[in-house]
Amino acid sequence: MTGLEHSLVELIRRTSAEIPDDVQAAILASLEREKKGTIAESAMKIIEQNIQLAKQKSQPICQDTGSIIFYVDCPVGFDQITFEEAAKNAVRISTKKGFLRQNSVDSLSGVNDGTNVGPGSPTIHFHQHRQPETEVRLVLKGGGCENVGAQYSLPAEKLKANRDLDGCRKAILDAVLQAQGKGCGPGILGVCIGGDRATGYEFSKQQFLRRLDDRNPNAELDRLEQDILNTANELGIGPMGFGGKTTLLGVKIGAANRLPASFFVSISYMCWAYRRQGVRLSAAGDIEEWLY
Amino acid sequence: MIHLKTPCDEAQIRSLKVGDAVEITGVLFTGRDAVHKYLHEGGELPPGVNLRNGILYHCGPVVIKDEQGRWKVTAAGPTTSIREEPYQGQLIKEFGLRGVIGKGGMGDRTLAACREFGCVYLHAIGGAAQVLAECIKSVRNVYLLEKFGAPEAIWEFEVERFPSVVTMDANGNSLHKEVFEASQKALAQRL
Ligand code: SF4
Repeated sequence: MTGLEHSLVELIRRTSAEIPDDVQAAILASLEREKKGTIAESAMKIIEQNIQLAKQKSQPICQDTGSIIFYVDCPVGFDQITFEEAAKNAVRISTKKGFLRQNSVDSLSGVNDGTNVGPGSPTIHFHQHRQPETEVRLVLKGGGCENVGAQYSLPAEKLKANRDLDGCRKAILDAVLQAQGKGCGPGILGVCIGGDRATGYEFSKQQFLRRLDDRNPNAELDRLEQDILNTANELGIGPMGFGGKTTLLGVKIGAANRLPASFFVSISYMCWAYRRQGVRLSAAGDIEEWLY
Repeated sequence: MIHLKTPCDEAQIRSLKVGDAVEITGVLFTGRDAVHKYLHEGGELPPGVNLRNGILYHCGPVVIKDEQGRWKVTAAGPTTSIREEPYQGQLIKEFGLRGVIGKGGMGDRTLAACREFGCVYLHAIGGAAQVLAECIKSVRNVYLLEKFGAPEAIWEFEVERFPSVVTMDANGNSLHKEVFEASQKALAQRL
């Protein structure tokens, strides 16, 4: 194993077994908020215990270890091909060690070759920056919650949603309503207003790189984020859709330019098993710092 | 907390209400997509699998063999149940199931079968793979392993205090329906 592969295996292990601090804090806060003695409270308690147990045993938090999505910020002149090879190897090794489930299926033949490496798996997004360091972030995105993601094309007559922020609000809240009971809530929404069908979903997932306790620098989007979070938590959907106070743990919204002819609102739903970590790497590929 | 022991007692099952938290002790059989389709198409239950008054768990566990060659469950969370909606009612009727465990709830046909034949839908905590694996005390047997592969095989687990919530009862009530209707109304007032 090269130094880089070693670091990436450790990144995968930690992402799969340990919930980042900001998510942990949000889960504990919601456990406090739920009424004592309700099934919502006991669901949150089990979730909390599960997080502790996974960390202790260094085992996957959830058996669905999800789509493997890397985001790499790298300096000019960075060797992307070597990185991609190292990432694939790290995924193979992590799968053998049980940090990842054998989770990737050939869509035509239905065959699961047990490596988690194939077309589109893992997915790697590279982004150059004019700084010397390399930062690698990883999101493991579960399938149950991916299935309840939704893309709305405005205007949406049925929802009375026009091409404005209020229309976006209606679309996003409709997605919350429809997702209930599925996707293992309480959830986190990543939303992109605008873009095309592909970039809309892509940008919506990038929102999951933000910390849950950050605030949106754009005042309008910040208001919308807070409003959606509060409104969703007033609907009484609750953990697992059992009823209760915590329907969402967070809402993160970004905007991308659109064509005059289209207006998409793309919503990715993340389950409570919100697995996201990141590392800053030295030139030799060693881990210098954890990012979350 | 209500304790449920297998084999289940019909009267106790019929007395459960949506929202009841229950802990199950006894035997669970797993079954997911391949098993449902196989039984629906007239496949025979392997000898040793007795579902009468039993509980079926929608789960594709991660099971490994330890150094002594014993099966060990390392992850065992529920999978989404609604995919089995076309088959579930028939299985409840034919095999005398008293409980089905999964996540996300099921539809009207299953709800009707629960009422007619005395069965409940029990919701486990989605994603809680580690906590639920801890409740599995031993693997008693596995059936149809070669035919369907590990996640889809029928596993016979001995469980202790396996936590779940009744979300569809034998009296025609569904918590999923109730919460959906109430939340839809609440949302309408906030648009
Ligand atoms: S939605 Fe998330 S928590 Fe639920 S089973 Fe999938 S990965 Fe696990």
